[in-house]
Amino acid sequence: MATTLNRSCNQYLIHLAQDNLDFRLPVTSFMQHYSCRSAFELWGHGQTHSELKTSLLNYPLENMLPFMHKDSTYKINVYTFNKTLEFADRIKRIDALDYLPFEGAVSLKSPEHIFCLLEDYGTDPNNIPEHPNYIYFGRWIADGQRELIRSHSVKNRHFIGNTSMDAGLSFIMANHAKVKENDLVFDPFVGTGSLLVACSQFGAYVCGTDIDFNTIHGKGRSSRKSQKWRGPDENIRANLRQYGTEKMYVDVMVSDASKPVWREAALFDAIITDPPYGIRESTRRTGSHKDISKPHDGIYVDSHVPVSQAYHLSDIFTDLLHSSALHLVMGGRLVYWLPVYRPEYCEEMVPLHPCLRVISNCEQTLSSHTARRLITMEKIKEPEELDSLAHMEDLHLSPYQGHNAFREKYFSGLNKRCGKEEDRPHVNGQ
Amino acid sequence: MKLLTHNMLTSHVKGVTKGYPLLIKATEVKMNEVEFNPQFVSRMIPKLEWSALIQAAEELGHRQDLPGELVPDYEKDEEFLKMVHRVLLEVEVIEGFLQCPESGREFPITRGIPNMLLNEEEA
Repeated sequence: MATTLNRSCNQYLIHLAQDNLDFRLPVTSFMQHYSCRSAFELWGHGQTHSELKTSLLNYPLENMLPFMHKDSTYKINVYTFNKTLEFADRIKRIDALDYLPFEGAVSLKSPEHIFCLLEDYGTDPNNIPEHPNYIYFGRWIADGQRELIRSHSVKNRHFIGNTSMDAGLSFIMANHAKVKENDLVFDPFVGTGSLLVACSQFGAYVCGTDIDFNTIHGKGRSSRKSQKWRGPDENIRANLRQYGTEKMYVDVMVSDASKPVWREAALFDAIITDPPYGIRESTRRTGSHKDISKPHDGIYVDSHVPVSQAYHLSDIFTDLLHSSALHLVMGGRLVYWLPVYRPEYCEEMVPLHPCLRVISNCEQTLSSHTARRLITMEKIKEPEELDSLAHMEDLHLSPYQGHNAFREKYFSGLNKRCGKEEDRPHVNGQ
Repeated sequence: MKLLTHNMLTSHVKGVTKGYPLLIKATEVKMNEVEFNPQFVSRMIPKLEWSALIQAAEELGHRQDLPGELVPDYEKDEEFLKMVHRVLLEVEVIEGFLQCPESGREFPITRGIPNMLLNEEEA
């Protein structure tokens, strides 16, 4: 095990300021790639509230007014990253937004429009600044307002319940990855593309891949069957179009992230992704029959997708880090979510790579025994022949191998709670 | 599929060593107007395999006046950047397939989206 690998990084908890538990909306979702990611229409941002105000006053009024007219209802949520705010402080911040032309009535229970104010207090829980490092304000667009892609399974509830925070988290991820104008960003587990939407709003050009043909093509929506097909990719591309960032769309492809399709060169300024968490068939890759250890797990026949095998969690991250080391520009960042089983988590479980340095590692609790960690890594070295052999050994011995049991541990906890086999709440918190 | 993407794609069929660039057999190609951004084009040029770009543009009949080699000082040459912008981002393959130059394996493109999945024997 290479002892020169740098493990110093910050670990901390994310404190969420939720002003209303009613906001825990149950969402019908099933697999990672069918999950309905919420989206966040960014209206303004800045390093101070004064900068935010300037930014917001520059946002076209005609884009704001449809959501603020006097017959509508709304609510403003305040979210803070790495800090807990008192109720009174949250109210102060909401009141400070009175320069915006809100004409409608406030409704906490069932507002038509939801706005979010997001404050980022950095990554060090031992050194929380008095003022935020960055502030965002925007309109939350719940995927519940778009047509849901329904699966055959029973309704599931998700644990964190806070889908608008997820939308805000896309921006925090883009920020951690230092996404900026004219960057080229890639998401290897793109799903419905919400991370790309966030990056596009920072002025980056975006591309993504996903192993699921139907999600990439946006199939399964009944409205499409009667609709004449108008053009390529009515899903992710249409999402970008909705936010006026279609010009940032490069491409999406159906592809297996474990078998990268890119030539070996430093192509991307950032790789931002939320890999599948390994619950039943939501992790897949192409492979041969003889490699399959659990034959009834995740095998199906589909004209677009070859027979697949269980894609072990540790392999996902091995492949992700290896691919990032190859395809990121020097100094480019990888930002991804790592699912952890909290009772057994230790810092050594964070996957490492000799060409990537861990910048930060922060936990978002999902339940009493599960969490996910937002890991940020930066490319510090080009991969050489030697490194790729050495690191493969390292990662093979990585304690994260134990996380292949994440699936079993997750469900054993779950079965105690629900006592039902077919109840499979979605860990991704959608 | 845009030619920027094509320029970065390679065949990953098992055993193939010369899988780049993929050949393009297009049955439907569309021109799509995209806002010209000279900074982005300038940033992408060093990452491109120029000869592969020319070959792809020619395959699609969209090469026009694109030179066979990179011009020096291209960052300031707006006419040149506009040509590159057009070929990288405005030409889109809607239907057709990509073909591995060594194995001949085809990867279909439907509705502008390439399907790069391999079967278990090829992976």
